[in-house]
Amino acid sequence: MTLAAEREAGTEVVYPDPTPPVLGGFQGLPARPGWFSQHLGTAVIGAVLGYLLGHWLGNVVGSGYTNIANTGENSIAVTGGLLLGVLGWLMGIGALNYPLAKMVGMEPRPDYESTSWTRYLRYTADHKVVGLQYVIGVLTFFFTGGLLAMAIRTELLSPTSHVFGPGTYIAIVSEHGTIMMMMATSVIVGPLGNWLVPLMIGARRTAFPRVEAFSFWVFSAGYFVILSALFYGGFPTGWTGYAPLQTQAGVGMMSYLVGFAVIGLGMMTAGFNLAVTIINYRAPGMTWSRIPIFVWSILATCALLTLATPTLVAAGLFGILDHTAQTAFYVTEHGGSSFLWQNLFWFFGHPEVYIMALPGFGIVAEILPVFTRKPLFAYKVAAAGMVGVALLSFFVWQHHLFQSGINPDMRPLFMLTTELISIPTGFIFLVGMGTLYKAKIRFEVPMLFCLAVFFNFLIGGVTGVFLSDVPVNVTVHGSFFVLAHFHYTIMGGLIFAFFAGLYFWLPKMTGKTLNKRLGKIHFWCMFVFFNMTFFPMFLIGLLGQPRRVFEYAQNLQALNDFASVSAFLLGASFLIFIANFVWSIFIKPTEASTNPWNSLGLEWQTPTPVPFYNFERIPVVLSDPYHYSEDDAPPVADLGEGGLVTAGASSPASVAEDPRPPAQ
Amino acid sequence: MTVDTEQTTGQEGAEPTQKEPHHIWRMVAIWAVLAVVLDLLFYFLVGPHVPPGDMTSAASENQFDFTVLFLIALPVILAVWVYLAYSLIMWRATRKGVPDPVGGAQARTHLGVQVGWIATTTVIVIGLFVFGTVELITNAGAGGGEGPNPIWTPTSASVLPVQVIAQQWKFTYRYPTYGGFESQQLVLPNDTTIAFHVTSLDVIHDFWAYQLSIKADANPQLDNVAYTTTKQTGSVTVRCDELCGLWHGAMFNYGNVVSKTAFNAWAKATQVATAANTKLLPPFSWTYVPDANGADGGYYPDNVDPYSNNEVYGATPAKA
Repeated sequence: MTLAAEREAGTEVVYPDPTPPVLGGFQGLPARPGWFSQHLGTAVIGAVLGYLLGHWLGNVVGSGYTNIANTGENSIAVTGGLLLGVLGWLMGIGALNYPLAKMVGMEPRPDYESTSWTRYLRYTADHKVVGLQYVIGVLTFFFTGGLLAMAIRTELLSPTSHVFGPGTYIAIVSEHGTIMMMMATSVIVGPLGNWLVPLMIGARRTAFPRVEAFSFWVFSAGYFVILSALFYGGFPTGWTGYAPLQTQAGVGMMSYLVGFAVIGLGMMTAGFNLAVTIINYRAPGMTWSRIPIFVWSILATCALLTLATPTLVAAGLFGILDHTAQTAFYVTEHGGSSFLWQNLFWFFGHPEVYIMALPGFGIVAEILPVFTRKPLFAYKVAAAGMVGVALLSFFVWQHHLFQSGINPDMRPLFMLTTELISIPTGFIFLVGMGTLYKAKIRFEVPMLFCLAVFFNFLIGGVTGVFLSDVPVNVTVHGSFFVLAHFHYTIMGGLIFAFFAGLYFWLPKMTGKTLNKRLGKIHFWCMFVFFNMTFFPMFLIGLLGQPRRVFEYAQNLQALNDFASVSAFLLGASFLIFIANFVWSIFIKPTEASTNPWNSLGLEWQTPTPVPFYNFERIPVVLSDPYHYSEDDAPPVADLGEGGLVTAGASSPASVAEDPRPPAQ
Repeated sequence: MTVDTEQTTGQEGAEPTQKEPHHIWRMVAIWAVLAVVLDLLFYFLVGPHVPPGDMTSAASENQFDFTVLFLIALPVILAVWVYLAYSLIMWRATRKGVPDPVGGAQARTHLGVQVGWIATTTVIVIGLFVFGTVELITNAGAGGGEGPNPIWTPTSASVLPVQVIAQQWKFTYRYPTYGGFESQQLVLPNDTTIAFHVTSLDVIHDFWAYQLSIKADANPQLDNVAYTTTKQTGSVTVRCDELCGLWHGAMFNYGNVVSKTAFNAWAKATQVATAANTKLLPPFSWTYVPDANGADGGYYPDNVDPYSNNEVYGATPAKA
């Protein structure tokens, strides 16, 4: 039943905030745009035109410098092209309609309710559409980076003979690292954060729907910017972009610097929007001790996104200026300092690592109670742990610089803070183990991924303590040990949690059930081959192989080949996921029930597909959603007339199938 | 110190019900046996082979450090794994007779367990911090680069300074106490405390002498000092450990730790043999200012005027 129909029926309901989000648009455009309006196609046209214009302008500006004239190495032209390309992309999709319309005194146009599939190709204020756009976006990022990883492992099959030239190899390594890091900053906040947070807190939308859509479209622009590096010959610095090498590098470096600035803009806007949403848009009764733990994790992540990312954008801007305007922020012999980049980069970079860990914890803690039929153990400790990690993460960055030659007196302090952060991080294990105690565990696909997170992240976390110890760091710093460590935390933790979240929530997001058998095959392949790929790398690193090399000691070939073959199989395991995704959602869809996992979460109490406005009535929240297996459990929420969500003794019947009030 | 966390977790959590097995004690028993056996196996079988060996003081101390950390980490990992394995087997929904879980307040929070967990992890972490700091300070920086102003210095009276010059994409070594001659190969005397002065001529590199357990970034215009004392003779692998561009993967060479007399003989002979070459080099300095002209073929900076329009190589203008 639509809002309008309900209004006509004369139902007396108070609708808080009934104004639809305003998207903006120029007068004269059709209210319900067709193919002549703005969509992905116009965005591409805008990007191409913007790039050409910027490149031309850059050549005009830069032609006076002898060092770049006639070299094809004009950083100004490339920077101008990329920046105006991004601007053209944003204008083409319609991201700037609202401010532009306001600027010329036009009336913005409200968002319309659309059920056409074309809404996924448009700039939309519906957080559910943005969430699914993000799903496709991060998966594209992830699989691109994954293919590059396959190329790296191909080169490392042999210690000496080369598949790629050294320039190509270093470009592939750098591109892989950067793409994966960019993807990982948004992999959960983007798709699941945007899609779930308003539903979980009982809101109809996020606080700034236009900003939310902006964050996605600027994120997707970042994909093309960083990919463009390959066409400029790549950049040689790895994802860390260390400075003298950065200054020395060719125009491919501009893709990295502009790309991170663009992605950084997306991270800040996404984080800002969700933080404000969580603080201000909670439904009545949704107190801080009742919000789902996933929302806590997103809130902590948003704090990091908004506070740490500006450092990266500023650092990138300095780099861009060094390349284009001949400044010397990072040029030691001109009075700058390469340590400035290292410190700025890691001041962002280490909080970023927790941007990549906290949402994973949130997903795991959110899913465990559903499949154990037990309440979440130590909810407050979990929330405090996430906030604690977020706070401490700003005070650990110099552990990346233990051997860098900065003054050593702060080294014990950073060893202490780094080891201290393992305490709040460890809370997720307390929460998980407490929840598993005397539970009734259902091994559904999302649960398997969650349990794998505990297995993998434990190894990743404990090896992190090794790295934080300065004497041991002398041996393992910069080696494959580090590489294995952060793949265990980011891939073993975050990516496994992301897939747990996808298998768990996709039935709600798409209304289709994913094939369980294929899901289990995917899980076991991914889990086994992940460990077979990355566990040997701890040994490879301890035995003396540095990161990012194409030649290594002869005696390490067996271990490297083992890791390579496992990596190919790990890569292949994602084909199972893609097949499952395409088959279950597009080719032979099976309708999912509204609450297939029998969860008490508010997001599951909506009909499937979730209506445009999420909730016909803003729910009144009565308790937290973890009252599983409790005899006299309080109802979770009042969804309207008679629509109480109650827990009961682990029986699905007591959960309202359709929480909406019956039509009169 | 490595108190198993389940012991605390479960003791209070397990309200004794009728004929309910003592899950926690079972887990503790499995854990204790596994932890002791595996720790002992690691200590005796793997311990002596833990990288980076015991060729220098830094290496053997770092080896000891790694072993201690591993002996602590293993029981912690086992604690979680045993707990996970036990609960997944014992409380899986498909097992016959698995009781329905009990929700409610007692399943949601437990002060003792939470405080116990936090206290245990805090004790471990603080212990590790104290241990690591003591190891770092008492071992003269444990072989890591301490920058231009080292604060943890070796007690030895005589220290041999060796300069490591990194550039794209090779390492060279200068011996200031032997007239500042330059060598392509790292040769070190045994039973000697050595101060590595690591610097770079272009981008950031990292001097990683694996068997010596030395790791120090090579920064342009910065003297990064790292100490160790050699204990055995043998060969040393040197790799660049910081991405430095195109041929980073091929930036490695080898060195040797030889006896003191052999080193003296080699150093004196090389000093004489390379005297002509040394004259052409810039005068020995802890850092070198990269030549603005270096990019187009300057092998070495002139250390006089980095921005001179005339490409001048060597300390003094070459005689006609």
